[in-house]
Amino acid sequence: MSTIAAGVATTGHEKHVSDYIGAKVGMWLFLFTELLLFGGLFLVYSVYRAMYHTDFHTAAKELNVTLGAVNTIILLTSSLTMACSISATQRGNRKLSILLLVMTALFGIAFLVNKYFEWGAKFQHGIYPGSDQLGMRENGEILFYGLYYMMTGLHGLHVIVGVLLFSVVLLFLVKKKIHQENFVLIENSGLYWHLVDIIWIFLFPLFYLIT
Amino acid sequence: MGMTDTVPAGAHPEISFYEEKGRYGGIFSWIFSTNHKRIGILYFVTMMTFFAVAAVLGVLIRLELIAPGKTIMEAQTYNAIYTLHGVLMIFLFVIPGLPAVFGNFFLPIQIGAKDVSFPAINLLSWWLFLAGGILAVVSLFTKGGPIDTGWTFYAPYSIRTETNVSLAVFGVFLIGLSSILTGLNFLTTIHRLRAPGMTWFRMPLFVWSLYATGWIQVLATPIIGITLLLIIFERFLGIGFFDPTKGGDPLLLQHMFWIYSHPAVYIMILPGMGAISEIIPVFSRRTIFGYKAIAMSSLGIAILGYFVWGHHMFTSGMSVTARVVFSFLTFFVAIPTAIKVFNWISTLYKGSIDLASPMLYALSFIFLFSIGGLTGLVLGALAADVHLQDTYFVVGHFHYVMFGGTGFAFFGALHHWFPKMFGKMFDERAAKLAWGTLFVGFMVLYFPMFALGWHGMPRRYYDYLPQFQSDHVISTVGSWILILGLALMAINLLAALWKGKKAEANPWGGTTLEWQIPSPPPPENFEEIPRVDRGPYEFARETV
Amino acid sequence: MKEYEGKANGGSTGFQPVKNEYHVIPYRTYAMVWIGLAVLTGVTIWVAGIPLGRFNVLAALLIATAKAGLVLFFFMHLLYETTLFRLLLPVALITLASIIGLTFFDFSFR
Repeated sequence: MSTIAAGVATTGHEKHVSDYIGAKVGMWLFLFTELLLFGGLFLVYSVYRAMYHTDFHTAAKELNVTLGAVNTIILLTSSLTMACSISATQRGNRKLSILLLVMTALFGIAFLVNKYFEWGAKFQHGIYPGSDQLGMRENGEILFYGLYYMMTGLHGLHVIVGVLLFSVVLLFLVKKKIHQENFVLIENSGLYWHLVDIIWIFLFPLFYLIT
Repeated sequence: MGMTDTVPAGAHPEISFYEEKGRYGGIFSWIFSTNHKRIGILYFVTMMTFFAVAAVLGVLIRLELIAPGKTIMEAQTYNAIYTLHGVLMIFLFVIPGLPAVFGNFFLPIQIGAKDVSFPAINLLSWWLFLAGGILAVVSLFTKGGPIDTGWTFYAPYSIRTETNVSLAVFGVFLIGLSSILTGLNFLTTIHRLRAPGMTWFRMPLFVWSLYATGWIQVLATPIIGITLLLIIFERFLGIGFFDPTKGGDPLLLQHMFWIYSHPAVYIMILPGMGAISEIIPVFSRRTIFGYKAIAMSSLGIAILGYFVWGHHMFTSGMSVTARVVFSFLTFFVAIPTAIKVFNWISTLYKGSIDLASPMLYALSFIFLFSIGGLTGLVLGALAADVHLQDTYFVVGHFHYVMFGGTGFAFFGALHHWFPKMFGKMFDERAAKLAWGTLFVGFMVLYFPMFALGWHGMPRRYYDYLPQFQSDHVISTVGSWILILGLALMAINLLAALWKGKKAEANPWGGTTLEWQIPSPPPPENFEEIPRVDRGPYEFARETV
Repeated sequence: MKEYEGKANGGSTGFQPVKNEYHVIPYRTYAMVWIGLAVLTGVTIWVAGIPLGRFNVLAALLIATAKAGLVLFFFMHLLYETTLFRLLLPVALITLASIIGLTFFDFSFR
């Protein structure tokens, strides 16, 4: 009977938090919905890429590979600091965990700043959805830039949400609500951040490296 | 560890969840409650409101069509009304119906848990549902006027129409998000919160159907989410994905719409099938026949659902190869569906059948759903579909599946679980009368549509040739009988709430866990988490 | 930290150990993974410069998949998780692949 008693104690309303594995299952399922959300855009991309092969190549030449590569490295590094921050919490090293999490958020902001300049340059050249300049181009190029803005935009939105999420996690860390015994929130935030990274891992070659 | 500390604070087995003293009082004790039973009831009330509006709109459509030409409304009003009828029925009643109401209420109880895995997210999903529904309704009264695209939002019309598509579409987006969160919650709950001994193959079949549904909700709904966002972006920014003048392809929107909406058809029907699998053994006093076959066929339907969406687009201009492939794949769906039907029928064989109202709904479900399913095969055949696409045959087909199927399953489940949910018994004779009226009304309303479609009456038309009028008149008369049946049912159930006899814990003699606890259930369902040592439908042991 | 006495009662039933099992991954492993990811980023840029025709896309996608695999298995701990998590992911991936694949029955044969 003893095992059941443990079950009773953990399924009540107050003790839900303690279902550590359940919380992670829920997070993974949420990540799948994110994957399929971007998946819809990847579908659009693949269809139009197949249809307008050459136009996509022409349009992609105008994207700045260096900026893209720098952003890739920034995001990869932020994933490293994120993973290490979780490890630090698990080891009970709160200060290191906080430091690493702040670094992760800063990398996220750096990514956004970089993106801002990249988009800004394109806007200056009159290349944005619905602009006259873009309207005069080949159909495939219009679609390429439509996809570029939609996909990097949706990805950027996820980066913003990630940074906001980190500030909440940071607060919890500082208030010692996340600690060695209870760290599923920071771990789930990490899972989210890594997914955002994975999406970028695919976006980078598909937009910047198809010249 | 002893059993002394097993009753957690707040369980209060002596009171029902209606009497629970929470943090808030009055209406706030409902709209801020994270109790899965209260959320189920919240969904029920919200949904019935939308359903009533949508049903009245349906009657108005039929009334307009009683004679050719203008009868009671302008053509543009007619377009708006059938669009709204579709959007409200599909997105606010048929898709969320059984999972959100009965799934929320009974899933945790049936697996022996105190709540779902994420109660707060469960409440959030109701709020999103409400917000989405309200936005869809608000879009009617805003600049541009009511949306007139039909519930499918096909481009290029949805991109170009002056009506307020963006707001309605965003409402549907929120409802989709709500559906995702419900699915995510159910999947996690089923994986993590089953009581000791509740193995996968001891779960009630309703839970299996919710499991299969949960996967579709989680994996298919994001596709419609992004599609709807693209429609909004297309309208505001002109990205060109669905605009041929910019190289886009309107057919891609149809693909993306049906990549979700075909699996969504199984979100609509699977929980209904699950509820039927609960009702039939109880009212036949017999273990379900082919338990594993029914459980696995739910997963089979969920999986196959992703491979057949193209059959909605046979006349849209898809490649011939795609049409042949999708037509071929479509027929496979018939296999798991037939497995279920045959197993239900086999369960009845040599059972002591009690023709109580839930059973009547269940049996009529099998009958009506079979007609819907078989006419689906007619439409799945490429050659026949070219003739029948976008005619009343399709309208008849999907009303048989959606209303005759999901609708009747919903009302069957409502009668089956009503005593448990509300703790009151309804008048059985009135319930039978309401069922009979509803059934007759249904047949009179929708059966002529097959004939209309076969003779070439296109769907969604405001006007028609005089030769179609007799069938339209029969159909419209049917809509009056049907609405009368719905009204009778509503009055009967409301009267039961008002002055019904108090329900016992197990009025029908069911064997699943929800019948082992008081009606209505205590706040946390179980005084102590039950220990399960047998399958869900072992009637023999009960009666011995 | 392992508390799964409950398993004897019939599979993975729904009660959870109060303390949870987890693996703490050394910082050094993470650092190695990061180096691997950075190298692969370099490789993908380098390969993109070589004219391979349609194989460029294939190469880019393969390298991206390898990188995603590193992130999934190490940063996201998939390597260390229970079987459940490793079973869930393919469901999502196969669904997405089927959807994209089937759509091309239309667009490739117009």
